[in-house]
Amino acid sequence: MIRLSNISKSFNHNLALSEITMEFPASKTSVLIGPSGCGKSTLIKIIVGLIKPNRGKIYIDKIEVTSQNIQEFRRKIGYVIQEGGLFPHLTAKENVTLLASYCQWKEQNINQRLEELADLTKISFNLLSSYPAQLSGGQRQRISLMRALMLDPDLLLLDEPLGALDPMIRYNLQTDLDGIFKKLNKTVLMVTHDLAEAKYFGDHIILMNQGKVIQQGKFEHFLLNPAEEFVREFIQAQRGFSTR
Amino acid sequence: MRKRQYTRYFSIYILLVSFFWISIIYSEEDRLIKIGSKKFTESVILGEIATQMGKNISEKVIHIKELGGTRILWNSLLRADIDIYPEYTGTIIQEILAEHHIQGEIELEKTLKSFGIQMSKPLGFNNTYALGMKRDLAEKLDLKNISDLKRYPDLKFGLTNEFLDRGDGWPHLKKHYNLPQDNVRGLDHDLAYRGLESDAIDIIDLYSTDAEIEYYDLKVLSDDQKFFTDYKAVLLYRSDLQKHNPRVLKNILKLEDTINEFIMIEMNGQVKLYGLSEKQVAGEFLKRYFNIVSPIQQDTFLKRLMSTTIDHLILVLISLTAAILISIPLGILSFHHKKAGQIILGITGIFQTIPSLALLVFMIPLLGIGAKPAIFALFLYSLLPIIRNTYSGLSDIPNSIRESSVVLGISTITRLRRIEIPLATRSILAGIKTSAVINIGTATLGALIGAGGYGQPILTGIRLDNTTLILEGAIPAACLALIAQGLFDLLELIIVPKGLRIGSEA
Repeated sequence: MIRLSNISKSFNHNLALSEITMEFPASKTSVLIGPSGCGKSTLIKIIVGLIKPNRGKIYIDKIEVTSQNIQEFRRKIGYVIQEGGLFPHLTAKENVTLLASYCQWKEQNINQRLEELADLTKISFNLLSSYPAQLSGGQRQRISLMRALMLDPDLLLLDEPLGALDPMIRYNLQTDLDGIFKKLNKTVLMVTHDLAEAKYFGDHIILMNQGKVIQQGKFEHFLLNPAEEFVREFIQAQRGFSTR
Repeated sequence: MRKRQYTRYFSIYILLVSFFWISIIYSEEDRLIKIGSKKFTESVILGEIATQMGKNISEKVIHIKELGGTRILWNSLLRADIDIYPEYTGTIIQEILAEHHIQGEIELEKTLKSFGIQMSKPLGFNNTYALGMKRDLAEKLDLKNISDLKRYPDLKFGLTNEFLDRGDGWPHLKKHYNLPQDNVRGLDHDLAYRGLESDAIDIIDLYSTDAEIEYYDLKVLSDDQKFFTDYKAVLLYRSDLQKHNPRVLKNILKLEDTINEFIMIEMNGQVKLYGLSEKQVAGEFLKRYFNIVSPIQQDTFLKRLMSTTIDHLILVLISLTAAILISIPLGILSFHHKKAGQIILGITGIFQTIPSLALLVFMIPLLGIGAKPAIFALFLYSLLPIIRNTYSGLSDIPNSIRESSVVLGISTITRLRRIEIPLATRSILAGIKTSAVINIGTATLGALIGAGGYGQPILTGIRLDNTTLILEGAIPAACLALIAQGLFDLLELIIVPKGLRIGSEA
């Protein structure tokens, strides 16, 4: 479980996040949604320590994250970004197993885990010897997910993981991802700008705008009880959802 | 913990590098008797004669020829980088020891002794400075004496660089005779004759023993107001030679009072005008006057090429290896600490702007002459391209990949080793390639301070106006640069990770 307490961040005097306090419940999928520049990606980067907040604290399982223990936490967090962030000079397999080798896993355990994950993410085993440049966008995201899951982390952070994929591939991957989340029962925090995706995944949806949380809860609440005019506009802007 | 590890790696590394340099700087060659000579023909011939004379006693005598000008030779003698070299009394009094205002021979010897240096008796000829011009022009303008030059302020002077700023050179000559000419160019003595021939210049400075005076039928202007003093040729040698190698010294000093003006002019002409080597001419002299037959093996072209190639490769390989070892970590440091980076890139950038010749000469007081100072100067030149390319290779890693690697939670060292450096290899290699090519070219200048290499035939070729000899250095140097380029292209195929090459093909 993650708790954010009073997080503020500004870039060159532009406020990106303003006093964010919230919790992401354990074993649930939370979705951060909002227009570009609302601060959702900044928030997720603050959690993994890529960006230092100006103020505020982060607690993971009730322990405050500090610069001393951040490395330890990072190894318990799986992180997937839009373009996969795969290391282009390493094969798919090397990408996935890099961290396990670093943690001195036995060869046998590594291979066993690799098989499990290939199975889970529906990656055929022979693709693992390919380099990222030889893979399709969808395959890259699946490999990236394998890498994130390798050490069986408690927490999975996904920053627009499907944002760069074309609709068919995206649809398939959404279905598979949902299956994986349900099966693994992990705490998941996903960032998206797509309302349909948020609805599909989100046990808990958090709508942000201009560095603030506007409304959070189940999707239906957003339709039935929009907290302010912005919520109605945001929903309307994504065709196919009607507030009426 | 991670920070500490990083620091530890860094200090181990600094130790290794320091050790590398210390071992280079303090590596001692065998105790040889080294005879130096300046980079003009007469000095090389005298050096060669002294060398062969010494060799008659001991195999340990070597000739380090064409070492540049007076300052370099004198300082090398003081530092014991050389033991003996031919010099001229006027130069010693007017230039080397000018601030001592020496009057008379006894005072001269006393002053030299205070530096641990001794002077032989004169070798037998006087090679004074003079001003000369084409005979027909002199007759047309009716010029006989230096003082006559006052009448023609538009005459163009082409003077050797050393003469231009010597204590007994142009500035004082101009004052002494009250000469009006300001149109004075500095150039190499061997090129001056050609400049005169092509009418690019009207007046040059001469050495009175130059064989070209007769060959080109030049008019030597009379020093009617007695500005130039005597320049008797002598040998300067270190006093400690008397202790270490008295027999060799004694034999070399047999040369005292044996070479008169005519002999010297003839020998200069044999080398400069008729293309004999200094070795041959020196050998001929010793045979004729001392009945010493020294075995002269004229080196074959291939043997010379081998030896210059080895010298050149030593200069390039050591300096480049050291530069790679130091630059890559400095590039990494620059990337991780922007402040330090600015300082590092700034300082190495300054090295790059120092003219190569100047940098080589700056090294002499620190490291003497020979390969060491050349290697160090080349090393300094090779730093910037590698540091800059390491830095930019790391900076160019896309943000998404950098963030993905940070988030893994691995140590900084592992991140560098497994991810950042492999991704920057292409850029780093390109930097090393640039350095290598610059290095190979610049190393030809090393010959000026006795480092050998492809610069040696180029230097001799310029001195003797011998294009074939110049090409003997220039062509291999160009080929070596091309080979280096090819090797690095090949190396790129091996070192740059396969995944990156696939990426760039797609």
